[in-house]
Amino acid sequence: MDAQQTLRTEVEQLVRVHGRGRTALMPILQDLNRAHSYISEDAMLAVSDALNVPRAEVYGVATFYSYFSVKPRGVYVIRVCRTISCAKQPDYHPAIAALFDELGIGFGETSSDGIFSLEQTNCAGMCDQGPAMVVNDDAHIHLTEASVRTILNDYRHKAQAAQSAKKAQ
Amino acid sequence: MDPKSVRGFVGNKLSFSEVAPKDGIRMAAEMAPEDVVAIIGASGLRGRGGAGFPTGKKWEFARSQEGTPKYTICNADEGEPGTFKDRLILTDFPELVFAGMAIAGRAVGAEFGILYLRAEYGWLREHLEATLERCRAANHLGKAILGNKDFNFDIAIRMGSGAYICGEETALLESLEGRRGDARNRIPFPVQAGYLGKPTTVNNVETLAWVPCILVKGPSWFAAMGTRKAPGAWLFSVSGDCKRPGIYEYPFGTSLRQILGDVGAENAKAVQVGGASGTCVPPAQFDRTLSPGDLATGGSIIVFGPGQDMFAVAENFQHFFADESCGQCIPCRVGNQRLLEAIGRMRKDGLDTDGERNVRQLAQTMTVASKCGLGQMSARAFLAILNNFSGELPGRA
Repeated sequence: MDAQQTLRTEVEQLVRVHGRGRTALMPILQDLNRAHSYISEDAMLAVSDALNVPRAEVYGVATFYSYFSVKPRGVYVIRVCRTISCAKQPDYHPAIAALFDELGIGFGETSSDGIFSLEQTNCAGMCDQGPAMVVNDDAHIHLTEASVRTILNDYRHKAQAAQSAKKAQ
Repeated sequence: MDPKSVRGFVGNKLSFSEVAPKDGIRMAAEMAPEDVVAIIGASGLRGRGGAGFPTGKKWEFARSQEGTPKYTICNADEGEPGTFKDRLILTDFPELVFAGMAIAGRAVGAEFGILYLRAEYGWLREHLEATLERCRAANHLGKAILGNKDFNFDIAIRMGSGAYICGEETALLESLEGRRGDARNRIPFPVQAGYLGKPTTVNNVETLAWVPCILVKGPSWFAAMGTRKAPGAWLFSVSGDCKRPGIYEYPFGTSLRQILGDVGAENAKAVQVGGASGTCVPPAQFDRTLSPGDLATGGSIIVFGPGQDMFAVAENFQHFFADESCGQCIPCRVGNQRLLEAIGRMRKDGLDTDGERNVRQLAQTMTVASKCGLGQMSARAFLAILNNFSGELPGRA
């Protein structure tokens, strides 16, 4: 099976879970975005055909929401809250400097090992416990320069373990 | 991830801890739907998302609609900067929220509910799904709830994907229907033609959590907490420069000064009430009260201490709006961008008379001509800061 056919099979499986109506579009795009780190052009075409939704509208939805990406991203997407209650904390800038330093990338970029993408997000709802960031589906609070390094190391080890498990198969 | 690990600090006793959700469901199961609507109406409960619409009235409208099926939606797209009360409610009292949804369904004649959860709270999903399973097992959800064969209600959780605008109820509906989060025109209102064109109630998490409490303890218990004009109590999310940030419950009519004392922020230089789309209050107005007729709020309080550069705050909020505007209408899409640029310039070069007239005109245009609340409210914080703290701009001291 070529890559495109594999995607179409995957989308059909998602249709069985979420249904074939227009209301299934968001849940299906969410699952694809999570599984592949982004929504590829092939994925959008497959969804468009499976749900009978115009391609332009699938693209429109895929590019509207900040959690969706149409470009490949890392295994872990880091979203640092930039809204005022977090951004005014004394640890905010040291924590961001540690992220840049550990990852060697800036906002909007993906690390060369493909493990991390770094983004900024608007209010993560952790205003009382900032600075905060959300990594995939986990929230991290009270960030400091030191805690950022520890958190990144934990994720890095997890990703590397998953990669070597995949190779061993 | 365990939601309790980010639960945060709760500053006083919450009314929600005194009520067993199942008691509320039992009462609704034994009552006529009209009576449920009447009790919520009599309590004076208003929407806790920020707009403050009377809940009883919303339900009455939805109940009187002929279209079927009807839907009950819980708006858990809590995205207003500085607001995190729904995070705590969904962590500590999810059964109360689901009970509120079931009771809303009973009241308006809906058998299906959706909780729309913001993507940033994805870590809550497992916890909420597990709670839903427990509610179904206890027959607090499902068919013939607590033995009443006319009381059927179930709930699905649907995720957002990162868009502040989807907290606006018509944009939320668009998102649920698989579209970009572009706010709709009203009329029709969602109670007339909402989800899939059917009569739909959209209520905030906190609003729904109050519902079983009001049924169990009575509308007069609720009303007695606040003032005559603004009955009830409210959960406040407090953050910023204070010693004890966290969640606090206060009755309506509480003064800002009292809250600042409780949270350890007596030396505040300014307080942002109502999030980025709220207003910025200077110390001379700290005796104002939190209530719909005075300082209306979605429950967010951000404290700024003596060292705070207020135009840096304005720029941070403006950046937020420029980023989150859905782009559908020009006053909001272009206006927020232009205002952001203007704030950047005035922080560097100050603001002359012509410049000030221009930004005020721009703010006015955005306020009157934007399609939805996002653009209508986005210049508020900036204007309040300009009115009260313009001395901080270069050349204005």
